[in-house]
Amino acid sequence: MTSFVPPRQSTRFICRSYTAVVLAPQPPIIEWVADIDERIKDAGSFFVGPPVVLDLSAVTLSKSAIEHLVTELEQRGVRVMGIENVDPAQTGASLPPLLRSSRGASTDANAAGSPVRDARRGAATLLLDKPIRSGQSIFFPDGDVTVLGSVGSGAELVAGGSIHIYGTLRGRAMAGSHGNARARIFCSKIEAELLAIDGHYLTADLMDKGLRDRPVQAWLEGNAVRITTLD
Amino acid sequence: MAKVVVITSGKGGVGKTTSTAALGAALAQSGQSVVVVDFDVGLRNLDLVMGAERRVVYDFINVTQGIAKLPQALIRDKRLHTLALLPASQTRDKDALTEEGVLRVITALRQMFDWVICDSPAGIERGATLAMRFADAAIIVTNPEVSSVRDSDRIIGLLDAKTVRAERGERVEKHLLITRYDQGRAARGEMLSINDVLEILATPLLGIVPESEEVLRASNLGSPITLNNPGSAPARAYLDAARRLMGEDIEMTIPSDKQGLLGKLFGRRAA
Repeated sequence: MTSFVPPRQSTRFICRSYTAVVLAPQPPIIEWVADIDERIKDAGSFFVGPPVVLDLSAVTLSKSAIEHLVTELEQRGVRVMGIENVDPAQTGASLPPLLRSSRGASTDANAAGSPVRDARRGAATLLLDKPIRSGQSIFFPDGDVTVLGSVGSGAELVAGGSIHIYGTLRGRAMAGSHGNARARIFCSKIEAELLAIDGHYLTADLMDKGLRDRPVQAWLEGNAVRITTLD
Repeated sequence: MAKVVVITSGKGGVGKTTSTAALGAALAQSGQSVVVVDFDVGLRNLDLVMGAERRVVYDFINVTQGIAKLPQALIRDKRLHTLALLPASQTRDKDALTEEGVLRVITALRQMFDWVICDSPAGIERGATLAMRFADAAIIVTNPEVSSVRDSDRIIGLLDAKTVRAERGERVEKHLLITRYDQGRAARGEMLSINDVLEILATPLLGIVPESEEVLRASNLGSPITLNNPGSAPARAYLDAARRLMGEDIEMTIPSDKQGLLGKLFGRRAA
């Protein structure tokens, strides 16, 4: 008796790229964790929920210290999907997998200031000629984003570089999301829910009421997001 | 060539079903053949507003599942012979709708009518996405208040992403219908102004329907407002909107029930 065995479909491997939030701890770690607590309190659930990558380039930690840090973050609802810029000897099965970032350490002062990198940044621009509607989310880690319409309440714009909006900004705009403190946000009318540059946030509550409905720019001064009118 | 129009909003209670009945009747009153389709499976209302609730035998789901033929489920309006209703099922839920089933029914309705008007359920889930899926045009019903406007903005985004036309790179024609507009409250700043709504949604205006007791009265009688009291302010707004939908160029006004001085002195309202 013969039986027919259907041919097995060959297994396919698919590569996909994803955008993730990168957290880069700074020494001393205890203060950094306290700072994260402060941020979660201020900015609500921004990095609670979505997967987070831990960039350990600025700190030297033992395996058990990394395990402790990952557990601490998990207790705050921050789920670490991977670790980068760490000695492979310090990782293991008990820790999230080691990632290799193509752009290198984003907090590296030398890399951030190198002209080659800036030139490449300047070349990449995403132009959107339609309004960004509530619930839409635009991620463009490679450079500037220009929007010709408005950004609706409940919409979200994340750019590696600067953000230019020629309509009204009613949603959230996050510029310099990959560690670019020189990024700015421009809009011809501001009613924003949240502005962020290089991870520093400002919610609508904290913005000067006198600025509403005016054309403004936002930039980073030290650790504070500053807003001034353009007219 | 038939036109499939979805009446949608995201938010509930803004007047989708009332507007579906009123616009469907208005189009039929001008001689077009029209079918209004209730996509609110499980919470059907359109049959009540159309006054056809006692004549429902088969429904949309029965047709998609092949239990009934389309002509068996269609209910002809008693007042307007060019108007028909395809009722939703009240005993099932939105999961009973399938994309293939909806496509089959919409394709068949395109052959039979000039206008296929789909009354979308609230929300952005299966019922709402299937109601807009095969639309050529959309009427976004919005009340002049912030939550309704933001939900409409979300729906416009979905219309530009999740419809068959959008996926083919074609445009879904979009019209904004502002309902429950109260000029007095807008003037006092208790309501968003028309300009605020238009600026936020950046979508062309189809009409402005004033808040009126006549709307509720017509619903309770099971008669579209444009049939029940064609002279009332909301009915005039819907009749104008229907003509704009047919491509006529009509000046935008907000009809009013306010009586003039002579009316106050001599007349009672003709209703």
